[in-house]
Amino acid sequence: MLEVNLAKRAPAVFLAEQAGRGPIDIVLQPTMGRLSFRAKEAALEGRSEVSGLAVDGAINTRRENGDLAAMRLGPDEWMFLCDDGEVDNLAERIAEEMSGKAFSLVDVSHRDVTFEVSGAASDAVIASGSPLDLSLEAFPVGMATRTIFAKSDIVLARLSQTTWQVTCWRSFATYVQGYLADAAKDFAVA
Amino acid sequence: MLLLECPYCGKRAESEFHCGGEAHIARPETPAELDDQAWAEYLYYRTNPKGLHAERWQHRHGCGRWFNALRDTVSDKVVETYKMGEPRPDASNANIPDPAKVRSA
Amino acid sequence: MSQPFRIQSGGHIDRSKPISVSFNGKTLNGYRGDTVASMLLASGSHLAGRSFKYHRPRGILSHGSDEPNALLSVDWRPEKGKGRRDPNNRASVVEARNGLKTETQNHWPSLERDVGALNDILSPVFVAGFYYKTFMWPRSAWEKVYEPVIRRAAGLGEAPEVADPDRYANRHAYADILVVGAGPAGLSAALAASEDGSSRVLLADEGFLFGGALLNDATSTIDGKPAKAWVDEMVATLDARENVVLLPRTTVFGYYNHNHVAMVERVADHRDDALEGLARERLWQVRAGKVIIAAGSHERPLVFENNDRPGIMLAESARAFINRYAVKPGNRMVVATSGASAYRTALDAKAAGIAVTIVDIRLGEDCGTELAEAREAGIEVLTGHTVVKALGKARVTGLIVAPLGKTGGVGTRRTLECDTVAMSGGWTPSVHLFSQSRGKLVFDADIDAFLPGQSVQNEVSAGACHGIYDLSAIIADGAKAGGGSREVTASATFTGFQPVRVLPTDEDPKKVKAFVDFQNDVTAKDIKLAVREGFESIEHVKRYTTTGMATDQGKTSNMNALGLVAGLLDRPLPAIGTTTFRPPYTPVTFGALVGPSREERFEPVRKTAIDGWAEAQGAEFEPVGQWRRAHYFPRSGEDMHAAVNRECKAVRTSVGIFDASTLGKIEVVGPDAAEFMNRMYTNAWTKLKVGGCRYGLMLGENGFVMDDGVVARLAEDRFHVTTTTGGAARVFQHMEDYLQTEWPDLDVFITSITEQYAVIALQGPNAKKVLEPFVSDIDMSEDAFPHMSVREGFICGVPTRLFRVSFTGEAGFEVNVPADYAAAVWKALYEEGRKYDITPYGTETMHVLRCEMGFIIVGQETDGTATPDDVGLSGLVSKVKPDFVGKRSLSRPDILRKDRKQLVGVLAKDPKEVLDEGAMVVDDPTAPVPMPIAGHVTSSYHSSNCGRSIAMAMVKGGRDRIGETVWVTTPKGFTEAVIATSVFYQHEKESIDA
Repeated sequence: MLEVNLAKRAPAVFLAEQAGRGPIDIVLQPTMGRLSFRAKEAALEGRSEVSGLAVDGAINTRRENGDLAAMRLGPDEWMFLCDDGEVDNLAERIAEEMSGKAFSLVDVSHRDVTFEVSGAASDAVIASGSPLDLSLEAFPVGMATRTIFAKSDIVLARLSQTTWQVTCWRSFATYVQGYLADAAKDFAVA
Repeated sequence: MLLLECPYCGKRAESEFHCGGEAHIARPETPAELDDQAWAEYLYYRTNPKGLHAERWQHRHGCGRWFNALRDTVSDKVVETYKMGEPRPDASNANIPDPAKVRSA
Repeated sequence: MSQPFRIQSGGHIDRSKPISVSFNGKTLNGYRGDTVASMLLASGSHLAGRSFKYHRPRGILSHGSDEPNALLSVDWRPEKGKGRRDPNNRASVVEARNGLKTETQNHWPSLERDVGALNDILSPVFVAGFYYKTFMWPRSAWEKVYEPVIRRAAGLGEAPEVADPDRYANRHAYADILVVGAGPAGLSAALAASEDGSSRVLLADEGFLFGGALLNDATSTIDGKPAKAWVDEMVATLDARENVVLLPRTTVFGYYNHNHVAMVERVADHRDDALEGLARERLWQVRAGKVIIAAGSHERPLVFENNDRPGIMLAESARAFINRYAVKPGNRMVVATSGASAYRTALDAKAAGIAVTIVDIRLGEDCGTELAEAREAGIEVLTGHTVVKALGKARVTGLIVAPLGKTGGVGTRRTLECDTVAMSGGWTPSVHLFSQSRGKLVFDADIDAFLPGQSVQNEVSAGACHGIYDLSAIIADGAKAGGGSREVTASATFTGFQPVRVLPTDEDPKKVKAFVDFQNDVTAKDIKLAVREGFESIEHVKRYTTTGMATDQGKTSNMNALGLVAGLLDRPLPAIGTTTFRPPYTPVTFGALVGPSREERFEPVRKTAIDGWAEAQGAEFEPVGQWRRAHYFPRSGEDMHAAVNRECKAVRTSVGIFDASTLGKIEVVGPDAAEFMNRMYTNAWTKLKVGGCRYGLMLGENGFVMDDGVVARLAEDRFHVTTTTGGAARVFQHMEDYLQTEWPDLDVFITSITEQYAVIALQGPNAKKVLEPFVSDIDMSEDAFPHMSVREGFICGVPTRLFRVSFTGEAGFEVNVPADYAAAVWKALYEEGRKYDITPYGTETMHVLRCEMGFIIVGQETDGTATPDDVGLSGLVSKVKPDFVGKRSLSRPDILRKDRKQLVGVLAKDPKEVLDEGAMVVDDPTAPVPMPIAGHVTSSYHSSNCGRSIAMAMVKGGRDRIGETVWVTTPKGFTEAVIATSVFYQHEKESIDA
């Protein structure tokens, strides 16, 4: 059988320009395992976690557990994140644990791309395209939500007061990165 | 741009939402039993009130959930939003004439 | 140019920073803090433009954004090349700095000598509604003659001729309280609103200095301090508060639903340093808990003959130029007024060394303390006088005034020589934003003004825009609006005026040009004519005369026009109503509205994982929705036609490789997945075996074809659904809607995997040979892996969902691989395929090949009104299932009509002729117009495999008309064609399963 060296995943996006000037950093994150997990309340039977991933958090919160993270994006929808090489193992464990229950687990590791946006004015850069209230009161650290950024759907998560994760589908990544980088220009010169 | 209260996510800008027209029009259980007129009414006939209107909205670019909203078509004030499956709330305290009630009265 | 009219001390200009700007090629000198208008006045000139219709010389009327006359074309950075020339800037608000290049507009060959001024002499032609009356006939002349001529002659500034090279930024923001305007009311409101230390307060003002009317005020004190000192103290206090953001140079221009407010911040134009990368303007979209409108008021001009002559300005504006900019508007001033506030201008002018006379319409007994104060200062005051007309042309030289008789007549004329007139017809509160918020206006006869009445959104007006004109009361009103209270002791303000619409005159009113709307050149005579011709609604008068319809939205003219119409109709003013104020409050650049969304950020350009390879191969691309797809792969010297012919042949004779990644893909998972599929698609799914594929047809509830695609069953409870490229999002939302709202009891979840998998299509007799060496864990034998099935295994060592399907009629595969691996897998397959002369093909070839087989494309053959039977797919509609989305509609009478359009083939009589897609199909090309239409062409190509042109069409009753002759429209007429079946290509042997 012919083999091709695919040990490493190819870069997901072609950056239009070097990310983030000045005090704003826009950094493409390494590839990771991503599983879209869906289950209704009845199927979860009151459990607080599934294979170490929290499912009892409020809608639009992000919970971490070691190398794992769970973002609850809707009443019956979670995005599970893990290391790139762990996704199949994790999927198996979840399937086993949820066996017999009505649920859906779909691997979307290659669908999504994440940028980390950080810097003192990072909220203003996000606010260039996001209609959300980004104050700490309205968007506290640990919040994660699907939303709109300019003309792209994104999942926006706040890791610290000045650190954000912006996740979009791969074909929107060049657009999202370009829009963020353009907004960051204001803070490179101010 | 409206500010809508998603019953799951709270207040969000209209650009995250998609409007799906008049609410509380359930798909008939057995369409085959409907005559042509009744089916046409289900498909195409909608009210267009001046005043309170129950509408379907989807938080499309958010949690993705459909919900209903009572909106005053005159002022664009959204009196209440509520989850799918819940009955249309009584908005008699909203200080907005409810055309459904005006008609039946 | 020197500054003969500059006052040597005072004003809010920085004399340590001298600047110069270019004005019509000449140099104007001034200081930081000046506007171009104040620099022009300092030079001794008032001439700042030509009027819109009559090309009359015009001066500077106002000191604010309501200026109608002095419109400049400004090149903000001439040193940086073309594209920064920006028309229609108001000279009165253009913040001056070194290097600005400004030009007046609307004249030829020069401002001083303008040929267009002939219009002033021909003015009887240009009466109200003259466009409607004059250019009616002949109709054909409109486009060729009248419109181009009118456009050239009228119009304001010229649009720039190159793309705007500047950056524009966008910002969403939230505020608990947004304060609009930083005059005494706004400052006071912001201070009160931010007192708690936690409420987020935004304070925006269109000017570059905060203080509003207090900047024009050299005499008032507040709590013993000069007004400007009070302002500075307030601003410093606000600036020190963490919860306050101060935004100077920021115009709040639009008030939308749910307290969504739009404003534009001018970020860079005023800066001496042209910082690379800094946005020129920033659009703010603010969602405010509460909006406090402290927008002030506009002064009304007096309406008398030649009231538009340069040198005639609003009284408060004259005061602003004297006190704020330290500029004398002239040496000899007549203050013409119907109210008290202009007396302050007279006193300040006198103090600045200007000779002043006051002409007041009011009788002495109707005046307040201002009269005595003026006379005490030694100013001559003529009470009970009207202004008959202004003298002079390029500059006012005098004013003819006359006493008003007790019975209404006009007495003996007297000429007052002057070089400046400061006029005041009273005040109009700026209710624009309140009105935009949909609040209801109420008329207050005491101050002759419309005021904010019932609110619709959470806002409150404060200060002058609230009808409050006394300084202490304004500050108290602001504090109250901000949720606090503030009592100050401030100098008393001269308030009160007598409403006057058109000043009484003894001239023949038919010959008098007394301007109501300066920017659109509308005179009192025009409005009278409109009323005489039967226009009574103010909305109609407005459109017929164009009063209030210029870029200044009639800020200075609306009340005079309304009052005039009310008087002519002898109705109370509120009965006439007021016109609707719409955003923007002042003109906004397109750049600010577009913001970053231009060029590569105008729209996301979605590229597949294989796009880079295609680009390197020299592919031509086409947009398909947001996607960019390879259209064809020309070899050197090939045009599209040649490339597509070659690609089409290659697929049928050997093997082609195609990037199908953009196809929509949805994973449908859950115990009820099959039941859900049964309800969403016309086909039956329960019996589809795991590993099997089926072509699925989806209808809307109206019974019309909505989408199609191959569906694979991966497990009992898991389907991999494909959709059209353009339908991906629509189908997903359609499914989600039914799942959530109609069948929440079903245990099914859908997830978009469009971008999880890239799809590599290998099509052609050699497809399998290319693929096989790379595949592991899948039995590739015919029996184990037949046509229309799916297997999961590995390709090149990475996981794949391998589909054995065909959209070309050839044996083929669609290789789904996780997207990050796709480019490498593609390259491996391509290298292996070289043994068989593998040919990459694009969307055009894909379209031709499927058309040769008679396969439809949803959205090309169907247009949202085609049923499955219309496109020959009734075999895919289950007759057994009791219900699915759209089923009931298929038995509606209109759907069962025999004469519905049906999908057929259409072959041009001349096999070389490729019909136009969208062309009409008719039975009789000689039939009279309107000709009965039999149908239309939906797809049309040259087919190298068929050796001729082929086309599909939707034709009424078409399936019963095979073999009949029809005529198809062409750009030149009609061409003959024959109706055929829609399968054009026949394989010599069954190859798809071979």
